[in-house]
Amino acid sequence: MSIIVNNLTKVYGKQYAVNHVSFEIGTGEIVGFLGPNGAGKSTTMKIITGYIPPTEGGGTVCGIDFVEESIEVRKIIGYLPEHNPLYLDMYVKEYLAFMAGLAGIKGSQISKSVDLALDLTNLHPEKQKKIGQLSKGYRQRVGLAQALIHNPKVLILDEPTSGLDPNQVIEMRNVITQLGKEKTVLLSTHIMQEVEAMCSKVMIINQGNIIANDTIEILQNSGNDTLTVIVEFGAPCSKSDLAKIEGILSIENISGNRWRINGKSSHIRQHLSQFAMSKNIEILELTSDKNSLEDIFRNLTNHVGHI
Amino acid sequence: MWVIFKKEIRSFLGSFIAYIVIGVFLLLTGLFLWMIKGNNIFDLGVASLQVMFEVAPFILIFLVSAITMRSISEEKRLGTLEILTTKPIHDVQIIVGKFLASVTLILIAIVPTLFYYYAIYNLASPVGNIDTGATMGSYIGLILLAACYASVGMFSSSLTDNQIVALITSMLLNFFFFGVLGMLGDISWLTNIGKSLEWFGLEFHYDSISRGVIDTRDVIYFLGFIFVFLGLTKIVFESRKW
Repeated sequence: MSIIVNNLTKVYGKQYAVNHVSFEIGTGEIVGFLGPNGAGKSTTMKIITGYIPPTEGGGTVCGIDFVEESIEVRKIIGYLPEHNPLYLDMYVKEYLAFMAGLAGIKGSQISKSVDLALDLTNLHPEKQKKIGQLSKGYRQRVGLAQALIHNPKVLILDEPTSGLDPNQVIEMRNVITQLGKEKTVLLSTHIMQEVEAMCSKVMIINQGNIIANDTIEILQNSGNDTLTVIVEFGAPCSKSDLAKIEGILSIENISGNRWRINGKSSHIRQHLSQFAMSKNIEILELTSDKNSLEDIFRNLTNHVGHI
Repeated sequence: MWVIFKKEIRSFLGSFIAYIVIGVFLLLTGLFLWMIKGNNIFDLGVASLQVMFEVAPFILIFLVSAITMRSISEEKRLGTLEILTTKPIHDVQIIVGKFLASVTLILIAIVPTLFYYYAIYNLASPVGNIDTGATMGSYIGLILLAACYASVGMFSSSLTDNQIVALITSMLLNFFFFGVLGMLGDISWLTNIGKSLEWFGLEFHYDSISRGVIDTRDVIYFLGFIFVFLGLTKIVFESRKW
């Protein structure tokens, strides 16, 4: 096991930021840490990386206690904090050399590890620029390069793709997927697609509690015999009519004649086409909307939001 | 620690602050020593750097605070503190590295004034008629004093993520420890209490060393002062863990 977290708790005042959380991450896994803002993702990561101590509990990274022997753990962890803080007035290469020095790399090894990190993040063309001159996507890569500089066994990435444009997101995901072949990666996000694109496992955290910890396939099919579809009719129809269809759980109008409908997975599509035929209107589109983060949350947190 | 030290020195030299501080220090001490009427060395007619050592502590209150204001507050503002403190180094190494870098920069500003000493040494009649012991004592005192200012500056910088607030806090605290406590001994109605309180101030010990006698008690006072303020800095620095 690469990361073992045991009964981890962080209390601010009376509020539990992380509430008796336990999980294990195997070597070489890419695990997505999923949850809304303020769920406790960052706090958990900050505790593992030694930025703040836990109120209670603890755990190990590659067998080393991250509370008692934080300095040793930091040597084998690469960490990209949320918002990716950087010294904007430093040059990319200078910054990475500084980070290499902090990580304990010495002498001639520094420029080698800087080059390697630049290679892995495709930053060579930008290495002579000031960080402040770089676009957000490149800055994020500098942040990632900084986390990689000492060739850590474990990468902890706090929202590595937030704020990037779609192309940059894809590039970033590719880099992380590539890295995940050799390293254990724990990354946090609040985007479900991100987890699907990169991760082998997903942990969902809400209000400081882990409410799911499984592979993506299992989660998407687990316990939900419901299906969400997007349907577009050729003519207007009313919500109350739609609500009469058997097995429908929730209806949401997207725009005009487009609806997002959630219902019992076994029948919903069949019933919808029967409905359309009986009303004599065509169906222009009928696609299944894979379980979004919101849906999984609804399913996992007492079905809040159903009609 | 040296990694932090080197980075700080590089960023000082890459920013204008270093050059402004060195320039302003040399300009002001030079002006007071050679130019300003009434007090300059020609008017006084005494071959000594006394004038410079009298004004330098007040100039340094401002300049040292300007050097240290960014040291921690800027890391807080940028969020880079989280990067530094999750690298395999201890918090103390970060603080001491930054402190030594600030002191080194002040040294770079003070060293060129040795030229004044050389000039006065040669201008004196007869040549060399200058109290070298007292001058060297004053230099040591000034450097120790500046180091104390730097420790207070680091502490002020750790309190806030705004460098202007850090600058003002540092100047006020330094003025209190040098100027205010130094004045207490001169207030007649405070009598003995004033004299005792004065002992806690920086000026008392600075004056003592300036006479050219390096008393271990003064040196211990200065080192203790630095230790206390760097310790306080560490406590504030680690307040994230509370």
